[in-house]
Parts: sequence; C-alpha cells; structure tokens
Amino acid sequence: MDIVVSVKTNLDLQMIRIKNREPVLEAIPYKTGDLDKNAVEAALQLRDAVGESKVIVLTVAESNRKVRETIKEVLAMGADEAVLIVDPALESTDQAGVARTLAAALQKIGSYDLVLFGEGSSDDYSGQVGPRVAELLGVPQIGYARQITAGGAGVLVERSMDEYIETLEAPLPAVLTVVSEINEPRIPSLMNIMKAGKKPTEEWSLADLGLDPAAVASSCETLSNLAEEQDRKHIMLEGGAAEQAAGLVNALLKEGIVGR
Amino acid sequence: MADILVYSEKQDAALELAFKGKELGAALGMGLSAAAFGPSAADSAGALGAHGVDRVFVSEDPALEGLGVDVVAEALAQVACEAGATMVLIASTRRGKELAPRLAQKLGAGCVTDVSSLVLTDGSVVASRYAFGGNTVARENLTTESKVFAVMPKTFEIAAPVAGAGAVVQAALSLQPSAAKVVSRRPKDGDAVNLDAAERIVGVGRGFAKRDDLGLGEELAAALGAELACTKGLSDFGWLGEDRIVGLSGAKTKPDFYLAVGVSGQIQHTVGISSAKLIAAINTDKDAPIFQLADYGIVGNLYEVLPALVEKLKAL
Repeated sequence: MDIVVSVKTNLDLQMIRIKNREPVLEAIPYKTGDLDKNAVEAALQLRDAVGESKVIVLTVAESNRKVRETIKEVLAMGADEAVLIVDPALESTDQAGVARTLAAALQKIGSYDLVLFGEGSSDDYSGQVGPRVAELLGVPQIGYARQITAGGAGVLVERSMDEYIETLEAPLPAVLTVVSEINEPRIPSLMNIMKAGKKPTEEWSLADLGLDPAAVASSCETLSNLAEEQDRKHIMLEGGAAEQAAGLVNALLKEGIVGR
Repeated sequence: MADILVYSEKQDAALELAFKGKELGAALGMGLSAAAFGPSAADSAGALGAHGVDRVFVSEDPALEGLGVDVVAEALAQVACEAGATMVLIASTRRGKELAPRLAQKLGAGCVTDVSSLVLTDGSVVASRYAFGGNTVARENLTTESKVFAVMPKTFEIAAPVAGAGAVVQAALSLQPSAAKVVSRRPKDGDAVNLDAAERIVGVGRGFAKRDDLGLGEELAAALGAELACTKGLSDFGWLGEDRIVGLSGAKTKPDFYLAVGVSGQIQHTVGISSAKLIAAINTDKDAPIFQLADYGIVGNLYEVLPALVEKLKAL
C-alpha cells in the first residue's frame, strides 16, 4: 500500500505576541503541524500493519529552508521518502492553489492508495486542502478519522462527527483527514534522526509539475488580520477563598446568571 | 438575477443561513434559494419557505442516502447551476466543513470556512475567520465569481416566519452513489455533550492535579446548571472526551457565562470562549493570560475556592 501524507510547516503560534492588535511575526520559529504528525503516525501504523507498504511525505512551500526541519522530523518518525514542492510562487497562494499543487504532485508520484491529511492546519485550520485534493483526483474522501484499518473494499474508517461516530468503507485510492484522538505521534529516536538525512528526498518546482505560477495565484484577499478587541470588566475578587467565592456569587446574582 | 444558495443538513443552521442570505440578497439584488436533501427534505422545505427563501430545491434521490460528501457536493453544484447561484452559504458543522471546499473545487469557487461574520463592504461580502491559530481575526474577500462560505453555527439569528411560502422545486439531479459506504453509525459515548448550545460552561484545565479531582469541577458545574468543558491538554491526558474540548480544535462556544478553572488561557483555548457574554476565571497565577479575558477574576487555589463556591451556590 502506498500512503502519501501531506504535511505543512507553520509558524510556532504559541510564540506569537500581539502589539497594538498586530501580530508580531519576526523571529518566530517554524513548527510541524500538530495534526500532520497524527497523520504521519497513522500512516506508519497502517504501513506496519499491512506490510509491503511505503509512506511518502509530501509538502509544499515557498522555500526549502522553511520545510527542511519538518521533513527531517517526519522522516525521522519513520516515513520512507519525501517529496518537496518548492517554488517562490507558492508564498502567496491559497488553499485552492496548494490543493492544485498537491494533486499535480500526486499524479507525478503516480502511485497512491491513501492520501492522508490532518483535519486542519495549526495556523489556518481551514480544512480545505484535503477535500479539494479529493475532488481534483476524483476520489472518495472521509474526514475526521479516529481509526483507520485496511480491509474490506479498501479501507475501513471510524470517524468522529458532531454527534455520533460513523464507520465508512471506501475503495482505494481515497483521501482521509485525521483528528488528534487517532493516536499519539511517536518522538523520533536519536538514531532515527541521524538516519533521516539519508532517506530519498525529491524536490520539484511548479514547472516540474507542469504548473504555471498563475495556476496557484490566490483568489482570497486578506483585508485585515488583527487581534480581537475584548471589552471585559477585569474585576479581581480579593480576600480568602470564602470571601472570593461570596464575591463571585454576588456578581453572578447581579449579572442575572444565578438566582433567576 | 443571480441567487444566493443556502444549505445545511441541520434545519436550524439552514434557517440561520436563510436569515443572513435574505439580508445579503436584499442588499445585493440577489434572490434566495435553498437546498434540502433526504427523507426530511419536504419538512425542511416548508420551514425554509416560511423563512423567506424564494425557491427550495428538494431531492430524495437514493444516492443522497447517508449524505456522502462527494454526492452532496455534486448535488449542490447541480442545484447551484439550476438556481443560477453564485454564492453558497453552508453551515460549518463537521459535515459542512468538509463539504464546502469540495463544492468550491467543483464550482471553481473561492471558499472561506469557519466564518464568524459576513459583512457587506463596498459591494463585496467580507468574511471574518480566526487566523494564526486564533491569535487574530482575518477579514477575507474572495475574488472568484463563485463563492462558498461555511459559517459557524449560531452566528446568525433565526428570523420569525414571514407571510407567504417559497416555491418548492423538485431538483432534476443526476447522481451516482458515493464510493464511500456508511457501515454503521452510533451515538458518541454516554457523556457526549453539545457545548455549542450550552448556556453556562465550567471549563477546566491543567490546574487540576489529577483526574479524580475533576469531581470538584463537576460539582461546581452541577451547582451552576452548567456543562463541564476542558482544554485540549486535559483531553489529551484522556481525562475528558474530545467533544468537551473548547477552543481552536474543539467547540467555539457562545454561553451566557463561562467559568475558567485552572485554565492558563492559551489562545488555542480562549478562541473558543471569547464570545461568552460573561467570563470569570480562577487561577493560582495572577499573571495567567486568562485574567486578561475575565470580567471577574479570582487569584486562588481551586481546591479551596471551588468547595466554597459550591457551598455559596447551594445556599441560594
């Protein structure tokens, strides 16, 4: 079974500071998407369960420098090969452009039974790229997977919906997105980190995929991107625990939250 | 005249979208269409028609059984074509959020998911959504002719029914069943909860030293008539289920009151509580970021404050 996992490198969002409502992005390190690592882990477990399989990680970025550590990390986790699509035109693309690039890369890779994504990226969390790739490839998609088993007509997926758990069966190839509860991503050992550098890695440009920069031009214009203004009372309740508790209950009575 | 098309598999969410669609349509000179699929399509059509939708396209095509995302996307693309719709509003439920981009790809449309507001600005519909992991709110303008917006449930109100009903149109669809088959469906485990609808929430975080101590949080929630929720960190420990997570990877709640207990206030969590009408926080660290978001703050040990609070609430 050939499993391709799409991974994304994000800014480490815990490190972002806000100044006058503007995000300060200078000197923020990069980080591999959290759910992307769940997707890699799911692929590795499936590969080892099925046998005679390989896991290819696929990523798209405007520069090699941005994704280098991510690729090293997921290869060290145990992925077999990496394919990087690197092109300056990807700096200003949108989800549709990324999806088009990934679909073209998958066609060039040629053989894929499963394409895995995190349910959303750590930064935008738009959840758009997986479904768009599925549509471009004309294959079934199953989102929010919490358990993936090979078998039946192809793959059996248990997924977590708003109000229930649903199990679906799909033929291959298929696109799946995973939720965090599917697994606990492994931490690579030092030995595997050393070995990661020797694994096969391909780097392609958009031209290598037969794509024009115009094909990945963004159709989503960001008019502003500012921190929310919160208008809160900021009343601190002083005293010992009993006094503080009484203060909060009185406040809740006054606000009409309790005692109605 | 182009139309706005609204769709959700959840009727209340569809009615919200109809409310906003009517408002935008009136301002932009567009008509309002809706789609309703499956065995309850006729019921939904009646409700949508009574809430100002001009035309409701219904289909009970057997291929729509189970609402496979590929089939629903194809059905909506065909309805959009029949209705002449250039803007599609979908509710950003889990189903809606995986549907919207697939539909957008079919229509060659731009798409924004998890939309928290739609505002008409200089003749364009500008969509707001959280960005940078919830640190900011981005205002997005789609430059494609067709646009798809997946809007978070409970973003708009539901208008009162209007006089006169919309036309119900049997959609002429040509559909293939989904390649993905539903094998089974079961409700989530016993303690499943819908935080989106909760009016009061007690949110617990890593200030709790061990799982057993969550009983204190449960007691407080019971005394307040609140639902218990948690940070992603606590759910990752396996202490509470995934559907109790509030934040970027969980529920975006809009309660009347949110009480954060032992929650530091990382943005990944607070993005799910910032729409609460009133927020109170209890934390040992006076510098915890949660206090910046709080109307009422208590710097103190939750193991002392919670029992005192429960006692005071029970005495009311």
